[in-house]
Amino acid sequence: MALAGTAAFWTADEFADWRQAIAAEAAQTYTPRYFTPDEWRFLEAATEQLFPEDETGPGAKALGVVGFIDRQMDTSYGHGGLWFMSGPFQSGPANLGYQLPYAPREIYRIGIAGADQYCRDHYGHAFADLDHPTQIEALTAFEKLPIQFGETLAAGIFFEQLRTNTMEGAFSDPIHGGNRHLGGWVMLGFPGARADFMDWVDQYGPAYPLGSVSISGETA
Amino acid sequence: MTTKNADAIVVGAGWAGSILAKELTEAGLKVVMLERGPDRATAVEGAYPDSIDELRGAIRHRLFQDLSRTTVTIRNKIGQTALPYRQLSAFLPGEGVGGAGLHWSGVHFRAAPDDLALRSNVIARYGQKFIPEGMNLQDYGVTYDELEPFFDKAEKVFGTSGEAYKINGKVVGNGNVFAPSRSDDFPLPPLKDVYTANLFRKAASDAGYHPYSLPAANASRQYTNPYGAQMGPCNFCGYCSGYDCYMYSKASPNVNILPVLRKDPNFTLITRAHVMRVDLDSTKTRATGVTYLDLDSNKEVTITADLVVLGAFQFHNVHLMLLSGIGKPYDAQKNEGVVGRNFVYQTITTSRAWLPENQFTNQFIGTGGGGVAIDDFNSMNFDHGPHGFVGGSPVWVNQAGVKPIAASTIGGGKDAPRWGAGYKKALVNTYRHAMAIDAHGSNMAYRDVFLDLDPTWKNTYGQPLLRMTFDWQDNDIRMNRYVVSQIEPIMKALGATKYELGMLEPGKPFDTRLYQTTHLGGGAVMGDDPNTSAINRYLQSWDVPNVFVIGSNAFPQGMGYNPTGMVAALAYWSAHHIRTTYLKSPGPLVRV
Ligand SMILES: Cc1cc2nc3c(=O)[nH]c(=O)nc-3n(C[C@H](O)[C@H](O)[C@H](O)COP(=O)(O)OP(=O)(O)OC[C@H]3O[C@@H](n4cnc5c(N)ncnc54)[C@H](O)[C@@H]3O)c2cc1C
Ligand code: SF4
Repeated sequence: MALAGTAAFWTADEFADWRQAIAAEAAQTYTPRYFTPDEWRFLEAATEQLFPEDETGPGAKALGVVGFIDRQMDTSYGHGGLWFMSGPFQSGPANLGYQLPYAPREIYRIGIAGADQYCRDHYGHAFADLDHPTQIEALTAFEKLPIQFGETLAAGIFFEQLRTNTMEGAFSDPIHGGNRHLGGWVMLGFPGARADFMDWVDQYGPAYPLGSVSISGETA
Repeated sequence: MTTKNADAIVVGAGWAGSILAKELTEAGLKVVMLERGPDRATAVEGAYPDSIDELRGAIRHRLFQDLSRTTVTIRNKIGQTALPYRQLSAFLPGEGVGGAGLHWSGVHFRAAPDDLALRSNVIARYGQKFIPEGMNLQDYGVTYDELEPFFDKAEKVFGTSGEAYKINGKVVGNGNVFAPSRSDDFPLPPLKDVYTANLFRKAASDAGYHPYSLPAANASRQYTNPYGAQMGPCNFCGYCSGYDCYMYSKASPNVNILPVLRKDPNFTLITRAHVMRVDLDSTKTRATGVTYLDLDSNKEVTITADLVVLGAFQFHNVHLMLLSGIGKPYDAQKNEGVVGRNFVYQTITTSRAWLPENQFTNQFIGTGGGGVAIDDFNSMNFDHGPHGFVGGSPVWVNQAGVKPIAASTIGGGKDAPRWGAGYKKALVNTYRHAMAIDAHGSNMAYRDVFLDLDPTWKNTYGQPLLRMTFDWQDNDIRMNRYVVSQIEPIMKALGATKYELGMLEPGKPFDTRLYQTTHLGGGAVMGDDPNTSAINRYLQSWDVPNVFVIGSNAFPQGMGYNPTGMVAALAYWSAHHIRTTYLKSPGPLVRV
C-alpha cells in the first residue's frame, strides 16, 4: 500500500505505525499512479542528470525523486489547487510570473511529450535513450533556449518545474516519498525534524553532532 | 441574507484585528470578528512533529493565503497589462485565525523617530529640492513620543526579547545606540547569538559599526504577558518563518491575545467569512455594517454595527475600501485621490560570506526574530547629503533557520551551477560554511506606484482583483547599493574566504517570482491632510468616520525596519483614542 504523501498517512496516529509503514513501503517497488511508463523513463533519466549521484552523495534515483514527484501529482498542488487558475490567461514578461492554464500534472504531460519529441527530432531518440553528454545538452537547451513544447508551453517553464520538484524530492522529509533513507539530508548535514537546539545555539564553530531524523522517527 | 447585530465588527483575525477586538471588548462593546480563513490553534497546526515539515510549511504554504480563490494582479508600470499573481512567491499573505501573525518571523521593532516625520526632517536637513521629482514623501502625523506608551504595551503583550540602550534618557545597556529612549526595558533579555550572528557582531564592531541584538518577539525565557497568556522559551528550532511555533515561543495573536479573547462573552469569532464590502448608508459617510460570504453555505450575510474596523492586512484593507467606496480612489495621472496612493514595499538584498571549512555555520539553527544588526545606515543616522537619496537600511544577520529545500534554491551562490555536475558540491559547502547578511531597507512612495482595481481579472466571488503597479525606483536602488557597499568592511573582518554582495540592479524590474518580504505598506496612509492621506492620525477614515483602518496600509512610505511593531503600536494608539474619545462622542476625531 502506498501511504507516503496521502491523506491517510496523516491520520495514522501511532508514531510506530508510521515508521513501520515507511519501512514497509520503502521495501516495495513503487507503482506509479500518474506517470506513464514512457514519462517515468524520461523522469528517471532527467532527474538523475539534474541531481546526479557523485562523490558528494546520492542522486535522484537513489533518493526516490521520481516516486516523490508522482505522489505530488495526486495532491492538491499537482492538480493546480494551490494556484490562482482563473482566466483569462495572457502571456507577459517573465518577471510577472507563471501565466499558463496548466496545473503541474499538465505541465509534465505536455512537457515530457515535447521534450521527447525535441530529442527525437534533434538526436534521433527519446531523452532516456540518449547518452549522458547529449542528455545534458538537451536539458541545457530546455533551460536556456527559446524552445516551445506544443502551442504554449515554453521549455524553460517545464525545466524549472522539473528542477524545483527534483530538489523537493531530494530534500523534503521522507514521509513524502523522496529523500530515501534521509540520503539528501545526510549529504547536506541537515538534522531534520530535531527542531531543538537549546544546547547547541552557542557552541561556535564545530559541526552539529547528531544525525538526521524524519518526522516518522526514521533515522540515518 | 440574514442580519445580525454587533456594536463593532472587526475584519481579519491577525495582529491588527485581534488587538482592536481585545481593546473594544475591554471597553464593553459587543464585538464580532470576521475571518475568511479557518480557525487555527497552535495545539493543532503547530503540534510537533507534523508542523516540522518544510514541504507542507514554507514550500506548499499550508498556513498562507489560498490564492486559488483570490489574488492580486501586478504590473511594473502604467500602460502595461497587469497579470495575476498566480503562485505565492514574492510576498506571502496570511489567512486563517492569527493571519500572518501566526507564521511571521518575530523581528519586532519600534519605528525610528526620524522616519515618522521623514518629509519634515529631509527638508530641514537638506532642503525641499533634495526630494526627487515624483516622490510623495510624507510625515505620519504622529510622533515617537506620542506612540511610546503603545510601543511599550505591544512589547509587553508580545513578550519581546531585546537589549535596551536608553531608558528615560539614561544609557542603560549595549542596545542599539541609534534607538530612541524608552520608558521601560524589554520584557525579556535578548536571545542568545547563533554562531553567525556572533561572528557578525564582532566583525561589525571591528569595522567601526554599532551592532545590537535584534528585538525579537521570540521569547528568550518563559513569560506571562499582561493578559495572562503564556509563552515558553524559544529553542532555536529553525522552523520559524512560515510555521506555527510548536514551543509557544513566537508571539502570535493565537497565543498572546486570542486565548483570553475567546473566553470573553462579548466576543464572537466567525471563521470562513469572507467580507465582500463595508455597507454604507445613502450619504456614503456612514458605515452600517458589513456583508460577508459564508464560505460553507455560499450565502451572503449582512451584519449591522455602529463601528467597523478593517484589519484585513495592508492591501486587503485598500481593496475593501475600493470595493466599498470608502474614500476617493487615487488617480495617478492627476496625482489626486487617496485610496491606493503611496503603495510601498521593502527593499531587501542578501549578501553571503563563505568561511573556512573548519567553521560550521549550522544554518539550520535559528529563530525568526533573532540576530544581530547595525543601524549605522538606517533612517537619518548618516549624512545623506553626499549621496542624494532618501532612506536607509539596517544590515543584519537574521538566521531564521535555513532548511534544505530553501538551501537547494540558494545553491552554491551566484556563479555556481544550478544543477548537474558541481551543483551538489557547491550547495553542500555553502550550506555548511556560509552565512547570509541582509540589507533590509526602506522603499519610498512614488506617484506612479499605486493600487487600484483591475479592469479584467476577478476573484472567484466575482469581484475585481486589486491591481498593483509597482517597480523599484532609482532613489531606492541607489540607497540599497550604497548601504550594501558598506558591508564590505564586515566581510573583510569576518575572514571570509569568498563573499558576494547582493544588490538591486538598475534596470532590473521587480520580480514577482522571487520571495522578498511580506512587508507591503501604504495605499491608505495616515496623515494630517485629507488630500494626501486616506485616514487621519488616529487611523480613522476621513470620509466615513465610523470606519477605522488598521495595518501597514497607514505607512506613508516604507521604513527600513519590519512593520509589525509599528502596526501593533498604531493599533493600540488608535484603540486608545477610540476608547477615550470616539466612543463618548462618535464622529471625526480630527476636524479640517
Ligand atoms: C513569512 C513572513 C515573515 C514575517 N516576518 C516578520 C517579522 O519578522 N517582523 C515583522 O515585523 N513582520 C513580519 N512579517 C509581516 C507580518 O506578518 C505582518 O506585518 C503582520 O502579520 C500584519 O498583521 P495584520 O493584522 O495587519 O494582517 P494579517 O496578519 O495578514 O491578518 C489579516 C487577516 O485578515 C484576513 N482577511 C483578509 N481579507 C479578508 C476579508 N475580505 N474577509 C475576512 N478576512 C479577511 C486574512 O485572512 C488574515 O487572517 C512577516 C510576514 C511573513 C509572511
Ligand atoms: S525558532 Fe523559536 S520562536 Fe521560532 S518556531 Fe522555533 S521555538 Fe518557536
